[in-house]
Amino acid sequence: MNIWHRPQGVAEHTTRVRHVLSAMRGDKLALFALCIFALYCLVALLAPLLAPYDVNSVDFMDLENAELAPYWQTGDGRFLLGTDTQGRDLLSVILYGTRLSLTIGVCAVLIQLLMGGTIGLLSGYIGGRLDAFLMRAADIQLSFSTMMVAIVVLAVFQTLFGNAVYQQLAMLMLILVLGIAEWPIFARIIRACVFAEKDKEYVDAARVLGVSKVRIMLRHILPNTVSPILVILTIQIANAIVAEAALSFLGLGMPPAQPSLGALISSGFNYLFSGAWWISVFPSMTLILLIFVMNLLGDWLRDHLNPQAAGG
Amino acid sequence: MSQELVLNAHNLKQHYQVKQGLFKPDATVKAVDGVSFTLEKGKTLAVVGESGCGKSTLGRMLTMIETPTDGQLNFRGEDLLTLSKEQQKELRQKIQIIFQNPYGSLNPRKKIGAILEEPLVINTKLSKAERKAKALEMMAKVGLKPEHYDRYPHMFSGGQRQRIAIARGLMLDPEVIVADEPVSALDVSVQAQVLNLMMDLQQEFGLSYVFISHDLSVVEHIADEVMVMYLGKVVEHGTCEEVFTNPKHPYTQALLSSTPQLSRDKRRQRIKLKGELPSPLNPPSGCAFHGRCQYANDRCRSETPVLRSTNNGHLIACHAVEESRLDSLAGAA
Repeated sequence: MNIWHRPQGVAEHTTRVRHVLSAMRGDKLALFALCIFALYCLVALLAPLLAPYDVNSVDFMDLENAELAPYWQTGDGRFLLGTDTQGRDLLSVILYGTRLSLTIGVCAVLIQLLMGGTIGLLSGYIGGRLDAFLMRAADIQLSFSTMMVAIVVLAVFQTLFGNAVYQQLAMLMLILVLGIAEWPIFARIIRACVFAEKDKEYVDAARVLGVSKVRIMLRHILPNTVSPILVILTIQIANAIVAEAALSFLGLGMPPAQPSLGALISSGFNYLFSGAWWISVFPSMTLILLIFVMNLLGDWLRDHLNPQAAGG
Repeated sequence: MSQELVLNAHNLKQHYQVKQGLFKPDATVKAVDGVSFTLEKGKTLAVVGESGCGKSTLGRMLTMIETPTDGQLNFRGEDLLTLSKEQQKELRQKIQIIFQNPYGSLNPRKKIGAILEEPLVINTKLSKAERKAKALEMMAKVGLKPEHYDRYPHMFSGGQRQRIAIARGLMLDPEVIVADEPVSALDVSVQAQVLNLMMDLQQEFGLSYVFISHDLSVVEHIADEVMVMYLGKVVEHGTCEEVFTNPKHPYTQALLSSTPQLSRDKRRQRIKLKGELPSPLNPPSGCAFHGRCQYANDRCRSETPVLRSTNNGHLIACHAVEESRLDSLAGAA
């Protein structure tokens, strides 16, 4: 095909990202997942505007309204999805909970990416003893399960500093623990990509042109590892959200005053069989749908960003 | 011979230590073992040999991608290997490389404009507009169109990519271009275009080429001097005409006889080499070529031949040539 005479058009400026987006248009499931995920992000961003009640106001919690059933059972127009055990409007709490869960998930994965990315790049590009040392460190880190590390750290922190301090720092602690516990996942993938890229001739060419090592790593090699990073990013965020929900469910996550989705599920769990099913079920459905679409997106990205898979 | 000397390599060596497992001692691979040559301004030195003979390693040493384990490398009288980092960066701009595979040598995530301008960003203080002007000028020189400036490498054919790689190599006004099999990945029709482009650019900029290739018909077309390598050593070195019309070393003769010729009277009797290139991990004693050479005798098996000058600067490393054993045997066969 002679490119000299190809007419000017959209195809000329297609980057890989645009290519992926245009492929998405043909795939209804992926498009659906993307829309739902975008909706979640929007809800998380705009929770204070969308929620019928302000969760931070004093009169938000009213025990007189505790455990009210959803609108279609009571006809009470004030609480669309009913109220929780403390009389909070469930819809408002879920919106804020989604915001919290997503924030924790995204921030934790950003820490993973930052740590794992730096370590993976150095390990892959410099190699040798440094590589051996860092990768053994990664092995050790991975041999402790994330949940175990998180439970131990959070429980110790809670007993050491007391509940009051813990409630204030819960979100930060969750982000740090989940972030640090899983850096090897990114480090390993990025290291493998760097190994594949660094012997390519464009890297040698850059060295001959006088490009510094740091610039080669950041400007030449790193951009070529974006596809796999994007894939793990989606799946890791979903994992972090689930981990946070699990910790909150165990009472080691977000405090009841600022409930994340996991904390909400946990608070309603005891009432599940006494008739107040909605307190657990609605947050659960919210969480499940979020994780489901994120995994769909991750799988889809993996199939479409990998040229070999796309070709087959 | 009053030409100015640009590049001067003396006894360059690249030895790699290779681990062979837990209980065996490390082995030494002599990828390049004592290569010397000089390169004059505007001339082309072709380095010829089969895969694994060390010609690419030589190219990587000349461009300082790899540091030689031993030897000297002078660029216009300055020793490249003992310079400070700063000076090295300065002189490094003068020796650029073009790689064999135009699909691997361009970063797939950068636009052509960015690829061409990066050397200027790093090594000069030109403004953005000046850099763009220079990139566009160079694109025109290598036969690319201005609208290609904003495209990504995957939108180009192999020949065009090689043009981009050539343009990138020329952005810093180098004096020496090491071309590592620059056309062997291209279609034959495109090969000629790229070769002609390289020869035009050589005229225009006064470039010196170190042209690494295994394709003898290409070499005959472009080279002024030819250096034949076998297992890390130079076995024959002479002017292009001398080597092609009057090859002395049995290996060179075999190589040349394997090149297809169109005209009947140019055709040589085909010499078929036995066996394969020996492993550089365990090179043969004496002359490295003795296992495949029909003229080999006991001296070849025990004593390593050195490069000897015959007439008019033609260098050959062969006992059989030195003892004039070749002609008598060939006559008998």
